[in-house]
Amino acid sequence: MAHEALPVLAPAAPEMFLAAAAMALLIFGVTRPNGSARLISWLAAFALVLALLGEFALGGERRVGYYGMFVTDSFSLFMKTLVLLGSALTIVMGLKYNEDRGIARFEFPVLILLAATGMMVMVSANDLIILFVGLELQNVALYVVASFEREGVRSPEAGLKYFVLSALSSGLLLYGISLIYGFTGTTSFAALATLAAGTAAPGIGLIIGIVFVVVGLAFKVSAVPFHMWTPDVYEGAPTPVTAFFSVAPKLAAFALFVRFMIVPFAPFLSEWRQIIVFLSIASMALGAVAGIAQENIKRLMAYSAIGHVGYALIGLAAGTEEGIRGVLVYLSIYFLMTLGAFAVILSMRRNGRMVEGINDLAGLSRTQPALALALAIFMFSLAGIPPTAGFFGKLYVFLAAINANLVGLAVVGVLTSVVASFYYVRIVKIAYFDEPAAPFDRPIAAELKGVLIVTALLTLFFFVHPGPLIGGAKAAAASLFLR
Amino acid sequence: MKSLLVAYYPILIFLIIAGGLSVMMVVASLILARQRPDSEKLSPYECGFDPFENARIRFDVRYYLVAILFIIFDLEVAFLFPWAVSLRDIGVFGFVSMAIFLAVLTIGFAYEWMKGALEWD
Repeated sequence: MAHEALPVLAPAAPEMFLAAAAMALLIFGVTRPNGSARLISWLAAFALVLALLGEFALGGERRVGYYGMFVTDSFSLFMKTLVLLGSALTIVMGLKYNEDRGIARFEFPVLILLAATGMMVMVSANDLIILFVGLELQNVALYVVASFEREGVRSPEAGLKYFVLSALSSGLLLYGISLIYGFTGTTSFAALATLAAGTAAPGIGLIIGIVFVVVGLAFKVSAVPFHMWTPDVYEGAPTPVTAFFSVAPKLAAFALFVRFMIVPFAPFLSEWRQIIVFLSIASMALGAVAGIAQENIKRLMAYSAIGHVGYALIGLAAGTEEGIRGVLVYLSIYFLMTLGAFAVILSMRRNGRMVEGINDLAGLSRTQPALALALAIFMFSLAGIPPTAGFFGKLYVFLAAINANLVGLAVVGVLTSVVASFYYVRIVKIAYFDEPAAPFDRPIAAELKGVLIVTALLTLFFFVHPGPLIGGAKAAAASLFLR
Repeated sequence: MKSLLVAYYPILIFLIIAGGLSVMMVVASLILARQRPDSEKLSPYECGFDPFENARIRFDVRYYLVAILFIIFDLEVAFLFPWAVSLRDIGVFGFVSMAIFLAVLTIGFAYEWMKGALEWD
């Protein structure tokens, strides 16, 4: 295994830049007096945007680096765009919140940068070892940001819960990786793909290995029955961290999930489809039913996220190029509406304190009509009601499922989305028809206002010009099926 | 499959030697050394804490700081040993990789230092 030549490093240039930027900002931050968190947050967001430009400069053509362990293609470009935008926007959105809570420390944006580096590695992983390295780099940073409000009670609890459960799932994932390696003799996705294409039926050992890795990944995307951590962590973590958790790491883990299932193991579709179908149905059902009883809006968003993972998994269960396109469209629309919904939640301040109860939104339409309108748009979109973007996300995954002869799965999806729409529409009802509670503080921070306006407009008017997103998702999905 | 298993033969030998050595040391001390047990010697050692007591006691959070600092350098050495042995095979790439690893570690250490983690009081 002696490698004489240096490996091809160019495809990973944006990741290296981000890692270097994180370290530079860490040292820069520690040499400055207290109170420079805002400056470093903006610099970190700028670094994320630069990394994104770097990814665009690399483009969507397939490049392989690090002896085939690392790959960039249209798929990675698509997912990295979402991950980097999500990370940058959550840093900016959380500025005001962190200052109000007295947790505006410069380490926060640095940790988000490191997590983003890990997520980019996950999205580009073309080898089981790199998969695990990216995942752990992300996880370690996430444990710390989850418990970032260290003087509080709930935030460290959330961090500790996440740490213990995530470590367990990483262990299962690693066990699965070792089984796959033991039964095939390789960790490379490319070699595994060749092997899978040449085998009629996989051995039982390999199947068990795949199942263990799926369990680990299902934990990271919080699919039922591996979702237990989600409501507690979402509720306990500081709200900007919750917003971050529900966009960036979830999308990165989903990208990893899709690549792991499709690139090496697409020939075994009939073997692993039943697992994905089960995860999907269980997530949709639990997300729809358990969300009904929630009174805390962050907890509600956790159950909403579990349900949405179920819908995205429908596309993966289809296993076709059309299905993956559906997953990508779904994830990008989920990204938009979740980010917007969290911008609303971050605007819920009363007398300088954050409130999180759903009843605190009562009568919002009379005290702050614009915010109430944005909230209504996001809730209708999350429920999947046309003409909002959420409807089209569901449409694409259901279509893919029907074309892959998974009609039953699509029917379950439609039924659960009817149930789930109850709690989304209930929020709109509270905001529009209940007696007004005390008004929220004004003005809303400029960063939040910007995110709110852009995401609300994109969610509402997605149907006018869906071409670029659908086309990008199509190209990204196609790049996974190249042989 | 067979050649794959054969590749793990050194690990099997290593396990046997490690197991044998640890059993041998315990047995040798039982046979050769004079046994004069007292309650302190028989109690399990737990970093100065009483092992059977309420776990909810106050202790200095700096224990953790020292532990983390220790882990940094412990890992560094754990990586440096195999690296030094195989440097001839891994060439320039291996050398530069380790240089980058050490640089990253140093940045983390510099951060801790500047943050005041090494000031005891």
